[in-house]
Amino acid sequence: MDILPILSTLRRHKVTAFLVILEIALTCAIVCNAVFLISQRLERMQMFSGVAEHELIQIQAVSIGKQNDAAARAQEDLIRLRQVPGVTGAALVNQVPFTNSSWNTSVKLGPNQKQATLNATQYFGENLLQTFGTRLVAGRYFNADEYLDFEAVQRDQKLQAKVGVIVITQALGERLWPGQSALGKTIYLGETSVRVIGVVAGLIRPSLFNGDASAQWSMAFPLRMNVSNANRYVLRAAPNDRDRVIAGAVAALRKADPHRVIIEKKTLDEIRSGFFQNDRAMAGLLVGVCIALLVVTALGIVGLGSFWVAQRRRQIGVRRALGATRRNILNYFQTENFLLATIGIALGMVLAYGINLFLMLHYELPRLPAIYFPIGAIVLWLIGQVAVLGPAMRAAAVPPVVATRSV
Amino acid sequence: MFSYYLDLALRSLRRNKALTALMVVAIALGIGASMTTLTVLHVLSGDPLPEKSSKLFYPQIDPQDMDGYKPQDDPPAQVTWLDGIALLHAKRGDHQALMTGGAVPVQPAQSSIEPFFEDARYTTADFFPMFDVPLLFGRPWTSADDDSHARVVLISRKLNDKLFQGHDSTGQTLRMEDAAFRIIGVLDGWRPSPHFYDLNSGNYSEDEGVFVPLTTARELKFGRSGSMDCWGKGSGGEDDLEAASCVWLQFWVELDSPAKAAAYKEYLLHYSQEQKTLGRFQRPPNVRLPDLMGWLDYNKVVPGDVRLQAWLAFGFLLVCLVNTVGLMLAKFLRRSSELGVRRALGASKRAVFAQLLVEAGTIGLAGGIGGLLLAFVGLWLVRMQPSDYASLARLDLPMLLATFLLAIGASLLAGLLPAWRACQVTPALQLKSN
Repeated sequence: MDILPILSTLRRHKVTAFLVILEIALTCAIVCNAVFLISQRLERMQMFSGVAEHELIQIQAVSIGKQNDAAARAQEDLIRLRQVPGVTGAALVNQVPFTNSSWNTSVKLGPNQKQATLNATQYFGENLLQTFGTRLVAGRYFNADEYLDFEAVQRDQKLQAKVGVIVITQALGERLWPGQSALGKTIYLGETSVRVIGVVAGLIRPSLFNGDASAQWSMAFPLRMNVSNANRYVLRAAPNDRDRVIAGAVAALRKADPHRVIIEKKTLDEIRSGFFQNDRAMAGLLVGVCIALLVVTALGIVGLGSFWVAQRRRQIGVRRALGATRRNILNYFQTENFLLATIGIALGMVLAYGINLFLMLHYELPRLPAIYFPIGAIVLWLIGQVAVLGPAMRAAAVPPVVATRSV
Repeated sequence: MFSYYLDLALRSLRRNKALTALMVVAIALGIGASMTTLTVLHVLSGDPLPEKSSKLFYPQIDPQDMDGYKPQDDPPAQVTWLDGIALLHAKRGDHQALMTGGAVPVQPAQSSIEPFFEDARYTTADFFPMFDVPLLFGRPWTSADDDSHARVVLISRKLNDKLFQGHDSTGQTLRMEDAAFRIIGVLDGWRPSPHFYDLNSGNYSEDEGVFVPLTTARELKFGRSGSMDCWGKGSGGEDDLEAASCVWLQFWVELDSPAKAAAYKEYLLHYSQEQKTLGRFQRPPNVRLPDLMGWLDYNKVVPGDVRLQAWLAFGFLLVCLVNTVGLMLAKFLRRSSELGVRRALGASKRAVFAQLLVEAGTIGLAGGIGGLLLAFVGLWLVRMQPSDYASLARLDLPMLLATFLLAIGASLLAGLLPAWRACQVTPALQLKSN
C-alpha cells in the first residue's frame, strides 16, 4: 500500500487529522492508566487476611452500666455461645479484621533503642487464633495456663512482665529479622519484653491506617478479655450455618443478660465487603469511564470517516474510473486510519507515562507495567479499524460513474 | 439576524441527526461527569463554619518524652488531660473548649423503643457559643455546670424527633448508662461538614446525638472512642486517663484578632517552656496554632479518590470536546461550497462566522442542559454510594452557575476553532471547484 498519497491528503486536512490524533492519544493515555488503577483496586480487594473468612461471625454486644464479675460474665457468655447449634468456636476479642478499629503499639528490637522499629497491631483474647482459624507455620499457640486477665495486667505494671510470650505473623517476623526464623526472638514493647513462641501464615490488621505495606504486621498476646473491656464476640461456624448461628447467638447473649445492646451482628464476609466498598465503587466508576471513552472515540472516528468519504466521493469515483478496485479504496481508508491511530498511540504512550508519573507522585501508585503499552496499542488499533470499517465500505461502494457527474 | 442564524443552525443540525446527537451526547457526558465530581470536591473541601473559621484555632503542643524524638516531627494531633485542662482554665482565648467523642447507651422511657447506642460528644461549656451551634429549644450548659459535674445533656434534633416526636423536651429526663440526665437544650439540625472538631470519628461522619459535660462523662466512665497515642508508662486503662501520658482530647480556641492569635502562640511556647522546666515535658518546645481551614488542609480531609475522580472527569471532558471540535470542523468544512455561495452573495466573513458560532453554540447549549441533567443523575448515584460523605453530594447555587458557565464556555471553545477555520473559505475557489 502506497502511503504517500494518504500523507499528502492528510496534509490538506491538517487540523482535522490533528484532532483525531489528539483524541486517540488522550483516550489511550487515560484508558491505560484507568485500567491500571482498576487492576490495582481489584488486587487490593483480594488482600490476604489469614483467617477463615467464610466461617466467621462478629457480634458486638455491650452491657449497660457498671459491670460486676465481668470476667465470670464473659466466661458464661462464651459457654452459652458454644452451645448454640452450629457453633464450632467462640472467643471474646479486642479487635477483628476489617473493622477499622485497632489497638497498636510501637515495636523495638532492643531495650535501649530510642526510635521504634515499626508500629504493629495487638490482638487480645483467649483462643483468638484458634477461633480465627489462622494457620500456624512454626512453633505453637498459647497454652491454657499462659493466659492472664487483661484487666489485671493493665492495672498492675508488675504483671506486664509476666505476659512473656507472643505469636506473630510470618510477614512481621520477616520484616523484623529478615532471612531468620522469628521463633525464640525477643521484642520490646514499652517497658516490657516478650518472646516469640509461634508464627502464623497471616493475620491482617483491623485497619490499614499505616498503608497497605504494613497490613500483616500483627501480634497476638495471651490475654483474656472480659465484658467490661471488650465487646466483640467472634464465632466460627460452617458457611451455610452462619445465618442460623447469628440468630441463635443473639438469643443466647440476650438470655445471659437481657440488659444489653447488640450493636452489630455480621459475617466476616459482609464486614470485608464493607471494608473494600470504596475500592469497589472506584473500580466500577473507572470501568464505566473507560467504556464511555472508547465508545466516544470510536463514534468520533465513524463520524469523521463518514465526512471524509462524503467529501471525497468524486475523488474516489475518479480513482475507480482509473482502474482502482473496491479493495484498493477500502485499503486506502483503512491505512489512513491506521496511520492516524499509530501517531495517536505513540503520542498517547508518552502521555500515559506522564500521567502515571503524576499519579505515582500524588497517589503512591507503582509504575505502569510495560505490558500495558502493547496491549493498549492493539486495543486502540482494533477499535480504529472497526470504527472506520463502515465508512470505508461505503467509500468502496462508490461507483466509478460518479467521476463523470458534476454535483 | 440571530433568529435567522438559529433557523439555519437547526436546519443544518436536523440534516445530520445521528451526528448532532453524537456531539450533544459527548458534550453532555463530559460536562455531566465533570460537574458531578467537581460538586463532590466542592462540598468536601468546603468551609464548615464560613463566618467563623478564621477565628477558630487548634493549638498543638508536644508533651512527649525523648523516645523516638526527631526534631522535624510535628507535635501530636491531640492533647493530654493535664494540658487540656491547663489551657482551658488559663482562659487565654475568647472562647475555648476541651472535648472528646464516645458512644453511650440511651435508655428511652418508652418501652416501645429498645435501648440503643448513640454517638456522644463530651465537651465543655464554650463549645456551643464558640461553634455558633444553633439551638431549637433551651440553652447550653455553663462552666459552673462543668465544674459541678452536672447531669445535664443537649440532644440533637434527630434524637429529639425520635424520642419526643419533635416536641420541646427541655426539662425532661434522659437515662443514659443507668444515670438520669436533665435535657436542657435541643440542637437545631447542625451538621458541620467536614466534622472538623474531631477528625478521628470519620471526616464526614454524621454528628453526635447527645452532648454531655466532659467532667460528667469522665465521672460516670462513659465509653470513649477516637484515637489515643501514648508514650512512656502510657495508661493503666480507660479509668485513669486523667493521669496517663497519652493524648486523647481535642482542644479548640477562639481568637478574634490576628494579634490575639500571635499572643496565644507566644503563650503556648511559654507554657511548653514552663512545663519543660518543671520536668513534665522533655522535648524542646514545639507548638503549632493552625486555624480551622489550615487544620483541615494539614489533615488532608478530602479523600484522594475524590480528587482522582475529578481529574478523570476533566480528562474525559477534554476527549469529548476534542471529539466534538473534530466533528464540527469536518461538518463545517464539508459545507465550504454553501459558505462560498453565501460569501459570494455578499455575506461578510464576520456574518458567516456568527452563523457558524450560533450553530456550535446551539449544540453546546443542548449539551450543557444534558450535562446538567446528567450531573443530577450522577449526584444521585453518588448519594447511593456507601461512603460517609455520600449524603452531602448535592448541587448548590454556585455549582449550578458553574455548571452553566462550564457548559457555555466549553461549547463556545468547541465551536470557535471550526467556525473560524470554515469562514476562511475563498468564495471564488469554492464556486469554481464544482
